[in-house]
Amino acid sequence: MEDEKVTEKENVTIAGHDEYKEHHEPLVRMVKRDTVSRERAIAVRAAAIVSALVVGGILILFMGHNPIFVYGDMVNGSLGSALVLRETARMAIPLLITGMGIALAFKMRFWNIGAEGQIIAGATAASYFALFHHQNMPSPVLLMVMFAAAVVAGGIWGMIPAVFKAKWNTNETLFTLMLNYIALEGIRYLQYGPWRDPGMMGFPVISMFNISARLPRVFGVHVGWIIALVLVALVYIYMKKSKQGYEITVVGESIQTARYAGINVKLVFLRTMFISGAIAGITGFVTVAGANFTISEGVTGGVGFTAITVAWLAKLNPAAMIAISVFLAILQKGSGTIQTIYNIPESAAQLLIGLILFFMLGCEFFLNFKLVFKNSKKEVTE
Amino acid sequence: MVGGFDFTNFFFMAVIAATPLLFATLGEILTEKSGSLNLGVEGMMFMGAAAGIAASYFYETAAGSGASGIVSALLAVLIGFLAGAFGGFIYSLLTVTLRANQNVTGLALTIFGIGAGNLIGELLGIRAGGFTTVSDSTKSVFSGISIPFLSDIPVIGRLFFSYNFMVYLAVATAVLLIVLLNKTRVGLNLRGVGENPATADAVGINVTKYKYIAASVGGGICGLGGVYISMATVGGNAGTWIDNCIAGRGWIAVALVIFAAWRPSRAIIGALLFGGLSALWLYFDPWLQTFLPNASIPQQIYNVLPFIATILVLIFTSIRQSKELSQPKACGTNYFREER
Repeated sequence: MEDEKVTEKENVTIAGHDEYKEHHEPLVRMVKRDTVSRERAIAVRAAAIVSALVVGGILILFMGHNPIFVYGDMVNGSLGSALVLRETARMAIPLLITGMGIALAFKMRFWNIGAEGQIIAGATAASYFALFHHQNMPSPVLLMVMFAAAVVAGGIWGMIPAVFKAKWNTNETLFTLMLNYIALEGIRYLQYGPWRDPGMMGFPVISMFNISARLPRVFGVHVGWIIALVLVALVYIYMKKSKQGYEITVVGESIQTARYAGINVKLVFLRTMFISGAIAGITGFVTVAGANFTISEGVTGGVGFTAITVAWLAKLNPAAMIAISVFLAILQKGSGTIQTIYNIPESAAQLLIGLILFFMLGCEFFLNFKLVFKNSKKEVTE
Repeated sequence: MVGGFDFTNFFFMAVIAATPLLFATLGEILTEKSGSLNLGVEGMMFMGAAAGIAASYFYETAAGSGASGIVSALLAVLIGFLAGAFGGFIYSLLTVTLRANQNVTGLALTIFGIGAGNLIGELLGIRAGGFTTVSDSTKSVFSGISIPFLSDIPVIGRLFFSYNFMVYLAVATAVLLIVLLNKTRVGLNLRGVGENPATADAVGINVTKYKYIAASVGGGICGLGGVYISMATVGGNAGTWIDNCIAGRGWIAVALVIFAAWRPSRAIIGALLFGGLSALWLYFDPWLQTFLPNASIPQQIYNVLPFIATILVLIFTSIRQSKELSQPKACGTNYFREER
C-alpha cells in the first residue's frame, strides 16, 4: 500500500521539477563542520551548562524554592569559606586523578569503564600494607610502599581485560564492568571476613590506619592534590610529547594504520591499560591514606563512573579536567549545603549532574555539525 | 526436599529475585538488538521504581477512601513503564539524533536516573511526613496470587502458581520478545538495524525510527523491573520507598544480557540462575552443615559467581568468534548515514 503511494507521488513530481525537489529535500539537513572557533566552542558549552541549570532551576521552583537562592547557597556552601573550600578540593582530587587514567584508555578507544574496580584494587593493596606492615617501616617508606602496591594492583586489574582484548578481541566495555563487581565483592569479603576489626563489637568495619600510614597535609588538604597536579603535567607530556603517547593516538584512530606503521598494537593495549589502571589505583591510595584512613566497600563513592564523565566532558584534555572535576565537586559539596538549608534531598545534585551531562553531550552535536534549512541561501543547487 | 536442602522454598525465592533482573535484561536485549548499548539500565530502573510508587501514592491520595487497589497497581505499572521509556527516549535523542557517545550517554542516564529516582522517593517521603507507603489494598495486588485448586496443589502450586502478577508479566514479556525477534518482519528488520544499519538503511528500513522505538520500549521494560523492586519486593518493605533500592541490579542485567547471548529465552534461564545464586546462600549452608558442621561459604562467593560466569562467557564467545552468541555487530557505535 505504502509503496504504491510513493510511486504515485513520484510520477507526479517528474512532471514538475520544482515539486520533485520539494518532496525529496528534507526540511533540515546536517552538514559536518570543518573547524570550530574556540569562542564558538566555549559559547556553545556555556549555553549548554546554563540550559541545564535553568531546567534544574525549574525543578527547584516546583519544589517550592527560589532557584537563585538555592544555587547561590550551593556555591557559597562549596567555595564560601576556607573550610568548605578544602572539602571541595578533597572531593575533586579523586575525580581528577581517575579522569586522567580513563582519558589514556579512551584516547586509545579502549572503553575502560572499570575504574571502580581498579580503584578498589589499588586501595586494597595499599591498605594491606597500612594495616599489617605499618610497624615494620618508617612512615615515608610505608607510604611509598603503599603507593607502589596501589599502582601495581590497579595496573594489573586494568591490564587483565587488555590481555584478552589483545589476544581475542574480547569486548572490553563489558569485561571491565564485570571486574568492578568482582573487586567489590573482594573488598566486601575482606570487610565482613578476614579484615574485620574484632574490636568493633560486631560492626563489619576495618580498623583505622596507624598514624604512620596517613598522608600529610599541605594547606589543610592531604597531599593528594599535589599528586593530582603532578599527574596532570605528566599525563599531558606523555600524551602530547612522547612516542608512546603518539602510539596511543594512532591506535585510537585506526588499528589498521597502527599495524601498517609498525606499531605493536598488543603491546600498546597492555601498556596503556596498565598505566590507566595504575592511575586509578593511585586514586585508591590517596582515598584510603589521605581521606578515609581506612577502607570499606564504599571506598570509591562512585568516582570510577563519575570520572568517565570528567574525562569525556574535558575532551580527554588533562588541563580541562581540572576545571570539570572542580565543577562537579562544587555540585556535590553544594548539595550537602542545600540539604541542610532547604531540606532538598542530596540526590538533587546527582540529578543536576545528570542534566548537565545530557546538555553537554547534546551540545557537541552543534559543534560538529551545522544545520542547513530548506530554501536557505547557502543551498547549492544541482 | 533433597536431604536438608529446601528446594521448593529455594526455587520460590530464586524466582522472586530473578524477576526484576529478567525485566531489565529483556529491556536491554531489545535495546541492544537495535545497535544501542544503553548502560543506563540502572538509571531507568530507578526512574521506573520511583515513578511507579509515586503514581500509586498520588492516585490513592486523590481517590481517598474509594481508591481501588487494582487501579492503583495498574497505574504504578503504566507510569513506571513510561518513566523508563522516557529514559530510553532521552538516550535515543542523544545518541541517535545528536550522535553522542553511547557509553558516556548511558552512564549519564544512570547518574540522572539514580538522582531522579532517589529525589522523587525522598520528596514523597517528606510530603507524606516520614516515609511513603501505599495502601494495603494496593500491596495485596502485588502479593502472591491464589488460583483456586491450582495454587493448592502441594509443591507444584507453590512452584508455579503462587507468585505475584508481575512475575507472570515478566515471563509473558519474554515470550512476546521471542516471537517478535524470531517470527516477525519487524523483528527481522530490528535485528538488521542492529547488525548492519547501513544495509538496513539501503533496503529502506527507517533506522532512526527502529532505534528510537527499541530503546524507548526497552527502557520501559527496564522501568517495570524497577516497579517490581519498589512495589512487589517480598519482605516488609513492599510499596515503600527505600533509598538506593535498585542496588546495582541494573548492572547485573547488563551482565545477564551477555550471559544470555542476546536471547530472551536464555534470559529466563540466566535470570533464574543469577537470582538463584543470590538466594542460594540462605539454603546451601544449612544443607552443607547437615554433613559438615560449622562449614560456611561467605556470601560474597555466591555474589561473585554470576560476574565470573559472565566473563567466562565473554571470553569463550570471543575465542570462538561465535556470531551466534555475540553482541549485535553495530552495538556501541552510532550510525552516520553520511559516512556510509
